[in-house]
Amino acid sequence: MPFSPIILWTDALIYVSLGVVLLLISVIRRRPHLLASWQRVGHSASGMSALTILLFFLCIGLLDTVHFRPALEQQNKPGETVYSVEVLSLLDILVTPLRTQVEKTYSAPLATHLYAKETIELADGQQVRDFARLQYGGAHLQHPDSEHIPDITQRALTGALQGLSIWLLLTVGLILVLSQRTKQSFALTLSALCRGSTEIPWNAILLTLLVMLLLIGCTTALAAHYHVLGTDKVGQDVLYQSLKSIRVALIIGTLTSLIMLPFALLLGIMAGYFQGWIDDVIQYIYTTLNSIPSVLLIAAAVLMMQVFIETHPELFETVAARADIRLLFLCIILGMTSWTGLCRLLRGETLKLRELEYIQAAHAFGISHWRIITRHILPNVMHIVLIATVMDFSGLVLAEAVLSYVGVGVDPSMNSFGTMINAARLEMAREPMVWWALLAAFAFMLALVLSANLFADAVQNALDPRAMTIRRTRLLQWPRKNKPQADKSTVPPTPESSRPT
Amino acid sequence: MTAVLRIEHLRTQLHTGMTPVRAVDGLSLNIHKGETFALLGESGCGKSMTALSIMRLLPDTGVITSGRICLNGEDLLQLPETSMRNIRGKRISMIFQEPMLSLNPVLTIAEQIQEVLVQHFRLPRDTAQTRIKTLLEQVGIPDAARRMHEYPFQFSGGMKQRAMIAMALAGEPELLIADEPTTALDVTIQAQVLDLMRQIQQHNHMAILLITHDLGVVAGIAQQVAVMYAGEIVEQASRQVFFDHPAHPYSQQLFASLPEKHKRDQALSVIQGTVPSLAQVFSGCRFADRCSQVMAHCHTTPPDWHTIGRDHQVRCHLFAQATWKPLARISSPNGKAATRPVETQNEPPVPLLQIADLKVHFPVRKGFFQQVVGYVKAVDGVSLTIAAGKTLALVGESGCGKTTIGKSILQLIPSTSGNVRFKQQELTTLRRKSLQPIRSQLQIIFQDPYSSLNPRMRVLEILREGMDALNPAPSKQNSENNTKEAEIDALLQRVGLPTEVKWRYPHEFSGGQRQRIAIARALAVNPQLLVCDEPTSALDVSVQAQILNLLKSLQNNLGLAYLFITHNIAVVEYLADEVAVMYLGKIVEHGQIDEVIGNPKHPYTRALLSSVPKVESDASRVTTLVKGDLPSPMAPPQGCHFHPRCPNAMPICREAYPPVSAFSETHTTHCYLYTSEPIT
Repeated sequence: MPFSPIILWTDALIYVSLGVVLLLISVIRRRPHLLASWQRVGHSASGMSALTILLFFLCIGLLDTVHFRPALEQQNKPGETVYSVEVLSLLDILVTPLRTQVEKTYSAPLATHLYAKETIELADGQQVRDFARLQYGGAHLQHPDSEHIPDITQRALTGALQGLSIWLLLTVGLILVLSQRTKQSFALTLSALCRGSTEIPWNAILLTLLVMLLLIGCTTALAAHYHVLGTDKVGQDVLYQSLKSIRVALIIGTLTSLIMLPFALLLGIMAGYFQGWIDDVIQYIYTTLNSIPSVLLIAAAVLMMQVFIETHPELFETVAARADIRLLFLCIILGMTSWTGLCRLLRGETLKLRELEYIQAAHAFGISHWRIITRHILPNVMHIVLIATVMDFSGLVLAEAVLSYVGVGVDPSMNSFGTMINAARLEMAREPMVWWALLAAFAFMLALVLSANLFADAVQNALDPRAMTIRRTRLLQWPRKNKPQADKSTVPPTPESSRPT
Repeated sequence: MTAVLRIEHLRTQLHTGMTPVRAVDGLSLNIHKGETFALLGESGCGKSMTALSIMRLLPDTGVITSGRICLNGEDLLQLPETSMRNIRGKRISMIFQEPMLSLNPVLTIAEQIQEVLVQHFRLPRDTAQTRIKTLLEQVGIPDAARRMHEYPFQFSGGMKQRAMIAMALAGEPELLIADEPTTALDVTIQAQVLDLMRQIQQHNHMAILLITHDLGVVAGIAQQVAVMYAGEIVEQASRQVFFDHPAHPYSQQLFASLPEKHKRDQALSVIQGTVPSLAQVFSGCRFADRCSQVMAHCHTTPPDWHTIGRDHQVRCHLFAQATWKPLARISSPNGKAATRPVETQNEPPVPLLQIADLKVHFPVRKGFFQQVVGYVKAVDGVSLTIAAGKTLALVGESGCGKTTIGKSILQLIPSTSGNVRFKQQELTTLRRKSLQPIRSQLQIIFQDPYSSLNPRMRVLEILREGMDALNPAPSKQNSENNTKEAEIDALLQRVGLPTEVKWRYPHEFSGGQRQRIAIARALAVNPQLLVCDEPTSALDVSVQAQILNLLKSLQNNLGLAYLFITHNIAVVEYLADEVAVMYLGKIVEHGQIDEVIGNPKHPYTRALLSSVPKVESDASRVTTLVKGDLPSPMAPPQGCHFHPRCPNAMPICREAYPPVSAFSETHTTHCYLYTSEPIT
């Protein structure tokens, strides 16, 4: 076999959570009322654009999750394959040139020469101090001074054109599918798409996709021969580092939420529902936990873990496994310290719900506590849970950056936005400044966190009935041209809903 | 006489849905100086939107599309917003429904009234303080000089509404708009506030626009009455004429659907259907679909105004011909539906539920270690008996412990001491598990149909939940699902809903329909006793009649016993067999319906009955007002709990709680006015 598959701890957890998400989707598809409110997410233009970007990040993260150890060329004994100690992922294979083309040290984005002067020995034995040519970046150019700019322009344009053609293909395919589904002609569907009168805002999605494909096209075309985002101190490609960081950010965002949720759900609802001494105990726990500075707690726990890893090297086959267990532990610690906010929210909401008359009626039927919690309370607090989780996601990605900056974040061998920022921080002070590492981390994080936030916003709007009314009002104040007739079928709220008591 | 307020063809639209809701659609009215003009209508007919249009305080989604609103000849709709600010609070004041929500909790009463004075009169501080004191004294707040510096939470509900009225009066307005001013208050407090408004109007000669859904309030205070339906006024008359000869079919049917004592043995007449959605464009008469005297052209031609008497106009095709003769209020047109079975008085009724000396005390905790510093004695020694198939009404003001009794019967609230026996079985000592078999025989219907159904469950699941939990009919495993579904269909039909509704979610139903679902849920387990906790107080009059009819027919057909908890005396008179009057955790009077309502003995019962606004045109009815408010159940007064408010209080009343005095086998009261020797 040319490779041996490796499933790291975080990989396994990602697969499990992916399975759970798929399961949830299939459950929602079978419940019309759940489906209806989730379909409203699909009607938000900003939400769907954000989802497009999120999906791109998610794909990269998933590609980076499939880990394996490639077989080595040289074989000690015939019939026995030896696997490399280096754990690679699918993403690593896809972007192999980025990974392997390592320069000596810093080079600016798209540069052909190093960023610092060094002593070069010429062919005649003479020594000059100059900017050395890069080993890979722009190596194909004979006369970098004159060919550099035209070459970049030409490659970028070719890449953009490729991106555009892929986009056109996708668009035509989409319109064909849509026109088949709605049984309308191609032209009609196209005009509906342009006007933005389709139910799902395909025009916004396609626009986002166009921008993304153009960028990706340019980048892939250039990346083969240049370092698009420059290189870092040891000459590693910054674009590669950024791409690798996405998985870490996603893991910290989702795994931490998953670890936090059971605590928050169980303890919050229990405190609100049972009250009495249970409530007191839970309240004291989270008040105490909240009053300990969380960075302190995390630092202590991570350092303890570090000591454990270093004293038990035999437990970890590869460096990747070591880094991975540290990441997992970081997620657990973050999760253990960040459930208090959601827990308090849920306790308050449950306190309100348990006094509602339908809960009282359930008591009158002698329904068990567990059933009341799962059937009556949990569905009615789910909107809070969803919104809080997605909101926390962006906060946790940022928290990782902060913790890595402090030095208690992920393993230094692991690429993450935090380590990138941490490494770039010292170079900000040097002259001339090395700005690209920081900029790359900033841009990727901004895109990820902003799209997560926008998507959370769309989810919140779709699940909150009041927000729906406001949105409808806004539509009325600035009516779109050629509003589809189908809108008439939506039943306006009956005046009876505003009753005096 | 010129009108203080003249509204011409006012149209207000609300843009909350895809189609605009025409909340007010061509409304015209005149209010004269010193006149109380009542705008009467059910919820959702546009009353409050009219008031907010006059104040120009519509929500952001509301737009006045056409019309004129003239205050003493000045068109308010032409004024810029800055001039409008000088009119609000100065020339037009408004009292809102919920006094708890319309006062700012972090400002003292004096500071809030001072805001009005500073805005409109620029009074110096001393003068302002004197003025505030005068105002508060005028609305009957005792010890005003001290209490004006207190915060709203230190005031009771009635006092807050008085303070609100004082604030409204501070600008010496020409027009006072009162939007359901007494709906949130208890009957005794409501009587006080209505009396106060009457006095103030006589004193200040201002015009009052009274917005209400309560015919009793209209009868007590209004001079002119306008009935609003679906965004427009359908009838306008002076009070006398309106209450003697309501002309529009809607008004007539409203009167007919009121529960009253003499309708006891009949079903109430109901207005079919519900208020139409105001988002549609009406082609004919808006009431045509629900009208009992509908004609062919009602659906196609909108009716015009017809003057049928002095000051009496009506918008109905029936009056197009001059042949109309004033007819008295129709009594029940379909009144033979549910005659009660012939009562066999001889055999003694079997007691189904017996409550003996029930006490429910809630501990009040304070401090870091949550020490118990006192008890709220919500229920303090109550004994009741309910016979199978009978209705016992529990009457009292809010906060007297009625609901607590209901919940502690079902063991939803643990009782402190005393016994609850259901069919001779003691319930208070049973554990959660062993209560299970009895749960199916005792069920409860709640007040608010909007919070008593889980919004995330379909009707089918709501109804099945109780059946599954208690499994009252031990059917065999095979085809159990089918029988259950058949049972649910039967239940829905029994409460008058089509069977398809079981696939829908509660938010798709109106208040009355939701209450029907709640009743169906309780019936699903075949109970013998239903605790009805104010089941109709959140509903409109016409819907209330539907629910009362349903409850009555269920009792006749299934032999249910009801514990009917309410503050609505009219409902009690219509439905109950026995009445227990409750005051501060204790029953003060108990007896058969005729004994208590017809011949009330306890001063509190008398006061309660006379406070209830009666739907009569005669406003000169003498009412004995109760002074003051309900004391806190945490520190009930020594002796008889009622003595601080009692007109007949004697020295002995302050010392010990009066013993029971019996007037007949069934009629008892606790009062020193009567001899305590029981009649044997």
